Amino acid sequence: MKHQTERQAWMEILAKSSVVNIERQVQTLGKLPEYSFLRSPEIGLTMLRGRAGGTGEVFNLGEMTITRCVVKILDTIGFGYVGGRSKRHAELAAVCDGLLQQNEWSFTVQNQVIQPLQTIIQQKQEQQQRQTEATKVEFFTMLRGE
Amino acid sequence: MAYVAVKGGEQAIKNAEALLQAMRRGNKDIPELSLEQIKQQLALAVNRVMAEGSLYDCDLAALAIKQSWGDLVEAIFLLRAYRTTLPRLYYSKPLDTEKMQVQRRISSIFKDLPGGQKLGATYDYIHRLLDFKLAAENNEYHAPEIDNNNGTVPRAIDTLNQEGLIQSETDITDTDNEPFDLTRQSLSTPTDRDARLQNLARADEGFLLGLAYSTQRGYGKNHPFAGEIRVGEVEVIIEPEELDFEVAIADIQVTEVQMVNQFKGSKELPPQFTRGYGLTFGYNERKAMSMAIVDRALRAKEFGEEIEGVAQDEEFVLYHSDNVEAQGFVQHLKLPHYIDFQAELNLVRQMKKEQKLDSDNEYKVIKNIKIRPEESKDYSEISEVNNLAFGQENEANVFNDV
Repeated sequence: MKHQTERQAWMEILAKSSVVNIERQVQTLGKLPEYSFLRSPEIGLTMLRGRAGGTGEVFNLGEMTITRCVVKILDTIGFGYVGGRSKRHAELAAVCDGLLQQNEWSFTVQNQVIQPLQTIIQQKQEQQQRQTEATKVEFFTMLRGE
Repeated sequence: MAYVAVKGGEQAIKNAEALLQAMRRGNKDIPELSLEQIKQQLALAVNRVMAEGSLYDCDLAALAIKQSWGDLVEAIFLLRAYRTTLPRLYYSKPLDTEKMQVQRRISSIFKDLPGGQKLGATYDYIHRLLDFKLAAENNEYHAPEIDNNNGTVPRAIDTLNQEGLIQSETDITDTDNEPFDLTRQSLSTPTDRDARLQNLARADEGFLLGLAYSTQRGYGKNHPFAGEIRVGEVEVIIEPEELDFEVAIADIQVTEVQMVNQFKGSKELPPQFTRGYGLTFGYNERKAMSMAIVDRALRAKEFGEEIEGVAQDEEFVLYHSDNVEAQGFVQHLKLPHYIDFQAELNLVRQMKKEQKLDSDNEYKVIKNIKIRPEESKDYSEISEVNNLAFGQENEANVFNDV
């Protein structure tokens, strides 16, 4: 993605967080408004694509599971698209997406759900980077017979 | 060769399944394996099953491994069967491997390169000695850490690209034509690279490894360098029609290999380095390297090279690379082939008899003795007796009933 909108950013964070973490953060919101499913959580596949040499011709690499869900919450429509097969994950992502589009909810949901989740993702990523960095190697070429 | 339908044996089949389940579980005093244990502690097996099962889902792959009693080809089959039950909802944007959060990144063509060489978690520099400490449980390990502020690194072979020393890999995808899809189209030769790469990405690791090795030993000229090997997480992005903008749905782990091969040039092409490409789900380095070598070998025609080894023969490679198909055809030999075999049995008996008669004839002609006419008819009676003894008639009836 070249330029990410605010909505794309929160949808990404919701997709990449574990359902356990989302559930815990959503609970801090207290009682949620009623919502209905415009599309009940549905499991399917996404065909993943790659490029020859990383930059060339597109090819089909293989599939991955995806779960999607659409909810109507108050007067907005929330969408959830998450890798894997957790229906609850897609539902929570859709609910949060719906709430985040509403003025009276967006601030709270950003602070109590999105930001903590983003911190968790970032911390995990940084730890993994530090672990990889610890294996950075400087090889010295030896002369033959040395 | 055809197999026949049979009926009966339900109880034996049920019992065989129950026996399998019990044996798979093993001693009840030993705790049962959890999917989480398989996912974390047998992660490389999970990766192989996802890559060759052509379905990225760690939980399903772990379940398949548990169900298949550790038989990875069987687990791959289970995953392939499962995927057919789900609708395909989206196609992703091509994965951007340059933006990969690298967990390992090495190049064997440049010692110093932007981003550096990062070994990651690897067996490469460890003695292959059994570690008996592992036999005991409750081991604790600590991963060292060093501060770093950047997870993405530029491609190692970009420097060759800037100098025009390597064949460039530009997007030649025709936007009107979707890339070839093995799961929906049947493969026919000659193939394009998109079809070959899809086939190789889900091909049997052992088969590709053997083929890659064969090119190195001289069956098809191919002297590869590992230009870059990178393992890490890439973002999966889709663009749902109902939204009209892109959304990231997950980060997945992939292994990417760029092989660099010398090329003397041809009438159309200048001398330059050429590329072989490998991309697989998960940390799957041996497979990705083999894939890259075989991808390059299969490009022989494109570069006007003589086809000298099996790895360059697309028909041979692509039609035999899939282990689900291969195991199915090899293992179907276990199904009843009674009628076919009966026919062959009769044929061999007949030929043997005829040969014996011929040699007897010769012998008798020499001795000036006539053969009795009945003797030459004997084999027909024998085959009738055989039909009854082997129950061929009954099978034929069963076949008709079905």
